[in-house]
Amino acid sequence: MCTVCGCGEGETRIEGQDHEHEPHHPHEPDHGHHHDYGQGPAHAHAPGISQARMVQIEQDILGKNDEYARANRQRFARDGMLVLNLVSSPGSGKTSLLTATLQALKDEMPLAVIEGDQQTRNDAERIRATGVPALQINTGKGCHLDAHQVGHAVDHLAPQPGTLLFIENVGNLVCPAAFDLGEAHKIAILSVTEGEDKPIKYPDMFAAADLLLISKTDLMPHLDFDLERCIDYALQVNPGVQILSLSAQSGEGMSDWLDWLRLARQSRMIGWRDRPVARESA
Amino acid sequence: MHEMSLCEGVLQVLETEARRQGFSRVRQVWLEIGQLAGVETEAMRFCFDAVMKGSLADRARLNIVETPGQAWCMICAKTVPVRQRFDACPDCGSHQLQVTAGDQMKIKELEVE
Repeated sequence: MCTVCGCGEGETRIEGQDHEHEPHHPHEPDHGHHHDYGQGPAHAHAPGISQARMVQIEQDILGKNDEYARANRQRFARDGMLVLNLVSSPGSGKTSLLTATLQALKDEMPLAVIEGDQQTRNDAERIRATGVPALQINTGKGCHLDAHQVGHAVDHLAPQPGTLLFIENVGNLVCPAAFDLGEAHKIAILSVTEGEDKPIKYPDMFAAADLLLISKTDLMPHLDFDLERCIDYALQVNPGVQILSLSAQSGEGMSDWLDWLRLARQSRMIGWRDRPVARESA
Repeated sequence: MHEMSLCEGVLQVLETEARRQGFSRVRQVWLEIGQLAGVETEAMRFCFDAVMKGSLADRARLNIVETPGQAWCMICAKTVPVRQRFDACPDCGSHQLQVTAGDQMKIKELEVE
C-alpha cells in the first residue's frame, strides 16, 4: 500500500523509498465464470426490493491515471518545467543519447532524469555519472511507467523550477503509448538496427509521439535500413510527427536535436517568469 | 500486457463508485473498447478474472463491446472507417487521417447489488 495516497502499486520500487509492495492480486488458476448469487437479500435494506440494479458510469478506464497526469501537468506548468517522455524498444540507445544530451546541455539549464526499468539501477547510475540528478523507478513486472509513479518520483527528485526533465520510459513500444504521464511531448526513438517498418508494426506508439528520433545513424553503412521508407511509414501513422535522424556516437544530427530542446524549453519559459510563483521560487 | 494495469484501473473505478453510489457487489461490467485502443480483448478477460478475485467484483461477468475505428480524412473532408492506425482513406488513398473514434476505453455500465 502506498503511504501517500493509499493505492496499491504491485511491485513498483522507487529508489530511495523503502516501502516495497507485495503483489496484491494473487493469480490463481480459476478463470471460470460462476454466477451463484443465491444467498438471499444480503445487502438489501428493505424486504421485497430486488438487490440487483444497473448503474451507468461512463468512465474512462484510464481515468485514475489521467487524474494523476493532470496533477503532474499542473505542477510542471507551475514550476516552468519542460517534461519529455522518451519511449522506444529496449536497446534503441535511449540512455546513450540521453547521456550525450545531458553533457551538451548541463551548463545551460537545470536538468533531471527519471529512469524506468523493470529491474536494476544501472541506467540511473549511468545518468548520475554525468552529474545530472537522476532517480530510478523499477516497475517489477510492470511494462510501463504510470502518472502516479512519476508524481512520487518528482516529489523525491525535487527538481528546481525551470528544469528540463527527461522521463526514460520502460523499453517497450506497446504499453507506454496508453499512459499519459503529464509530459509536454512523447518522443519516440527508433534505431536504424531495428528495421524501417517499426512505425507500422507498432503504430500506437508512433501515433502518440510528437517527435521521432531515428538513432544510431553512424551504423547505416553496415545495414540495409531504408531511411526514406522509414520516414514514409512514420508519416503514414502520424502525418504531424516531426522527424530527426542522429547519432550520439558520431555527433551527426545532434545539433538539430539540441536546438529542438532549447526551443521547446524557451517556449515553455515564455510568460512563466512573470508569474508570481515563478518570481518567488526563482 | 498492460491489460493487467487496465483491469486494475477498472477495479479502482468500481471501488470509488461503490462508495459514491452505495453498492457492495458488482455482478456484471460492460466495457466499451475501441478497435484502435491497442487492447487485446482475450488478454483483458484473462486479467479481469485474476484482478477481480477477492474484490467486490469477484466472479463478475465481463462484457466487452467493441467500437469501430473512424477517422477524419483531410482530403475528402469526411469521416471514414479505419481498421488500423496506418490505414489509408478507403476513398482517396490518402494517409492524411485523424482518428476520431475507436481509440477509447470506457466503463459503460454495471450491474450491482
